[in-house]
Amino acid sequence: MRVVSKMLIPFILLFGLYVQFHGDFGPGGGFQAGVIFAAAFILYALVFGDDQARKVVPDKALILLVPLGLLIYALTGFAGILLGGKFLDYDVLSSDPTHGQHLGILVIELGVGITVAAVMISIFRAYAGRTKAIDKEDW
Amino acid sequence: MVDALISHYNYWLIIILMMLGLYVVVSRGNLVKKIVGLNIFQTSVFLLYISLGKVSGGTAPILTGKPEAFSNPLPHVLILTAIVVGIATTALGLALVVRIRESYGTIEEDDILISERSQDASDINGSSA
Amino acid sequence: MTASIDMVLIVDLVLLTLLCLTALAIMLVRHLFAVVALTGAFSLLSAGLLVTLDAVDVAFTEAAVGAGISTVLMLGTLALTKRREARSPKLSPIGLIIIFFTGATLIYATPDMPKFGAADSPGLVHIVPSYIEGSENDIAVPNIVTAILASYRGYDTLGEVAVIFTAGMGVIILLGRRREDEYGYSEESAAFPLHPETSDDEEGKDKS
Repeated sequence: MRVVSKMLIPFILLFGLYVQFHGDFGPGGGFQAGVIFAAAFILYALVFGDDQARKVVPDKALILLVPLGLLIYALTGFAGILLGGKFLDYDVLSSDPTHGQHLGILVIELGVGITVAAVMISIFRAYAGRTKAIDKEDW
Repeated sequence: MVDALISHYNYWLIIILMMLGLYVVVSRGNLVKKIVGLNIFQTSVFLLYISLGKVSGGTAPILTGKPEAFSNPLPHVLILTAIVVGIATTALGLALVVRIRESYGTIEEDDILISERSQDASDINGSSA
Repeated sequence: MTASIDMVLIVDLVLLTLLCLTALAIMLVRHLFAVVALTGAFSLLSAGLLVTLDAVDVAFTEAAVGAGISTVLMLGTLALTKRREARSPKLSPIGLIIIFFTGATLIYATPDMPKFGAADSPGLVHIVPSYIEGSENDIAVPNIVTAILASYRGYDTLGEVAVIFTAGMGVIILLGRRREDEYGYSEESAAFPLHPETSDDEEGKDKS
């Protein structure tokens, strides 16, 4: 199990990155990519134990990542205002409006993916941190 | 006529699914089962919306350079949001269930009510003494 | 044309029937682990149904979220609570009355809904053609759903990320602060410290 998951987890992460950045061209985007990312880390925590998983992705880093995505999203919106347009207006982000749209969509999908992944991992960790050993008769 | 009946039958099955989910929420006392029933209800509502947006002979709303009919992409966007919000509220509900279990020792609604009422009764006795 | 709608409709009806059967099984089974497994199967079947309805983005998300994350969370909850439903399922008359009336009202409304697969349904003709055209010309992003989600309805997506953030914070606050070892003694998890002045006596009182 450990060997198989050690081989699988990099592919899952890679697939998550693919889904994140190809959300423009095929099905995908921030939410799906965030969930797939979280699934990779949850698999790691399930197979290798919660303590090991906490060393790989420390709690402090996780609690920093959760609001980071939301902040990126909101700041992109405000960047639209600062550059002369309306809130969340992507046309002004670059000299060519279409390029500005691409840039805006890329950045906010990144923000969405980061927050969704961090929240899913945190939720799983909150549950895993409380689990005590299961008695035989409780099954 | 039969064609119309069959195409509306699609909506009826989704409504039956909705009602099954609602029945699980209303009639079962176990809190985890209630949340599962709520999930069934949510998913069937999503199916209803998306089946409203389907265009026959259309395809997934991804531009490929060939002119063709697309299924309505607007419900897809709404339901995408709704799915992720649904999982967030499910996670919150399940966290509450865990805390309830730690406080009351049970997750059956009837047992919680009994324990609450006996606690109220003992509070009244305690305050009047 | 008629052949294509028949095939989609048939697959649609078969999958929906399977979904109804799964929901019925969820209602009747008492062992909660089995219920969680059935919920995963339910999500997967509905993801398949969504693909036949041309909603590929939604099917992706439903499969990942429903059959993945949701199952893990429910199993985690079951590991912390009981694993069997205590009372055997009995028929609840109030429940039956509620679902009968709600279901009847909804079915009464269905003839007014557009026919399944209609190309002229009201939700389709007003603003969606401008979105599709704008997605091709102004935004130049092939995935129309991403274009609408991120650009045309970007404000809603901001609110949605805020909701996910809030729910995550809620779960962390509810569950993330204590680790229990086998003696029932709770100690703080290092990343989420409670008030530093909390004494051990207070924690002992909370546990009893």
